[in-house]
Amino acid sequence: MIDVHKIRLDFPIYETHPNLVFFDSAASSLKVKHVIDKVDYYYQKLGVNVHRGAYDLAYEATTLYENARQNVARFIHANEEEIVFTRGTTSALNTIASAYLNVLKPDDEIITSELEHHSSIIPWMIVAKKTGAKLVYIPLTKEGRITVEGFKKVLSDRTKIVAITHVSNVMGYLTPIEEITKFAHEKNAIVILDAAQSAPHMKLDVRSLDVDFLAFSGHKMFGPSGVGVLYGKEKLLNQIEPFEYGGEMVDQVSKDFVSFKDAPLRFEAGTPVISGAIGLSAAIDYIESIGFEDIHQHTHEIHQYLLKELEEVEGITIYNKTADNPVIAFNIDDVHPHDIATMLDGSKVSVRAGHHCAQLVSQFLGVQSTLRASIHIYNSKEDCDIFIQSVIEARDFFRQF
Amino acid sequence: MNIEQLYRQVIMDHYKHPKNKGLIADSSYLMVHLNNPSCGDEMTIQMHVKDHVIDDIRHQGTGCSICCSSASVMTETLKGQDIDQAMKTIGEFYELIKGYPYNPEILKGDAVVYQGVSQFPARIKCATLAWKAVEQGIKKIKEEEQHG
Repeated sequence: MIDVHKIRLDFPIYETHPNLVFFDSAASSLKVKHVIDKVDYYYQKLGVNVHRGAYDLAYEATTLYENARQNVARFIHANEEEIVFTRGTTSALNTIASAYLNVLKPDDEIITSELEHHSSIIPWMIVAKKTGAKLVYIPLTKEGRITVEGFKKVLSDRTKIVAITHVSNVMGYLTPIEEITKFAHEKNAIVILDAAQSAPHMKLDVRSLDVDFLAFSGHKMFGPSGVGVLYGKEKLLNQIEPFEYGGEMVDQVSKDFVSFKDAPLRFEAGTPVISGAIGLSAAIDYIESIGFEDIHQHTHEIHQYLLKELEEVEGITIYNKTADNPVIAFNIDDVHPHDIATMLDGSKVSVRAGHHCAQLVSQFLGVQSTLRASIHIYNSKEDCDIFIQSVIEARDFFRQF
Repeated sequence: MNIEQLYRQVIMDHYKHPKNKGLIADSSYLMVHLNNPSCGDEMTIQMHVKDHVIDDIRHQGTGCSICCSSASVMTETLKGQDIDQAMKTIGEFYELIKGYPYNPEILKGDAVVYQGVSQFPARIKCATLAWKAVEQGIKKIKEEEQHG
């Protein structure tokens, strides 16, 4: 069981802002002292480049960086050759999409969904435009879910790519990806999974998921910003063209010839985010020290409590009552979400207002924008009570006019 | 001033009872459409300029109260101004909204209340959307003048 008071000691932000009510972890989680210390160690004690230097400091930096890769690999049950460090989920997904620019042909189909974050769909929109391939949307259920049945309706012999989210960043629905991947592979399609929202909340096992590529970010799982992971099956990674060219990714160069290293270095041109990789590894250690079982139990309990309390408030529309991830998308009738968010900010309550970089979700819901409250291990029932009180006050304030 | 006072004083009044709202079908008006990328809000501005003077200006959009009320206040502030004067007024509004000193000789009326928004930097984009649209419109007029 998670003791929130104890957990908060791990998050230095609460020393500066003891009254912070933070419900925006789906955008970026708060940061752990253990992670900050590891990042700090690299800059204070090492600060040198990896892979290149033949001196002690470079050796230690390289060891920490490559150990981080091993740790990420172990965390998602991959081989270290399959772990590429990127700038984040966005750059990982863009890398893969660009790689297929030279592969896709007119009339090939890319299956995606209206639940996607912009980073999982815009790269494919552009690839479709440039290659003549067609974007096909999985019909969602009334509730807004991706289902295997819906997926099978659009899967065909023309399907070459399936690029979808594991968990929606607005609706919190979990995609039945194992089954979808099985059907996609029967058509020899490549499956690319946006795991930015699932990685902070559930155990990812790339062997059982069997997806071909998967991406997630450090900053949503207590790690630093500016680092993310692209997982790819080894064989596929070595087949696709690198996206960036430069130092440390090249095998051999002559005046008119160049060959590239195998993955992962093939995709890590230039000096990588060394401190970020080290910090992400520390974040993984932290998550494992608590355990996904306890994380889930706690966040689920807080999620259900907040949902129940919010349902009691009159004049509120909740869009995702059955969300699997601890996230609530809602609106207060006749008040713009930004106006509410500013009022909540006045009570130190942090929520997200807008379209959450997923405009197609707003369009699906038929709204301009929504409020989103997302939960993680440092949230308590007291947070929920303050949140509900502030929501009621904001609603009543705008009702006067 | 806290945010509640800010809302009470001007914002909600202009939000619920906007001035110069609604577009008209008249091709002699210059139209500018802008989106607020963070929230999906949108704003369209229509302005009529004769002899360098903005003799009519209208707005239509969807957005939060700060965004929509600011559009209403903007039309009241800029209507009747010469376009050079209007550019100066818009510049002063940007100073004010960032919490910097502004020239009260140039920027007057309900617009000055938006100084309170400077405490909420996340909302500056909302408050300036309509003003940015007019700024773009005036720049376009000036470019066309230069290039004949």
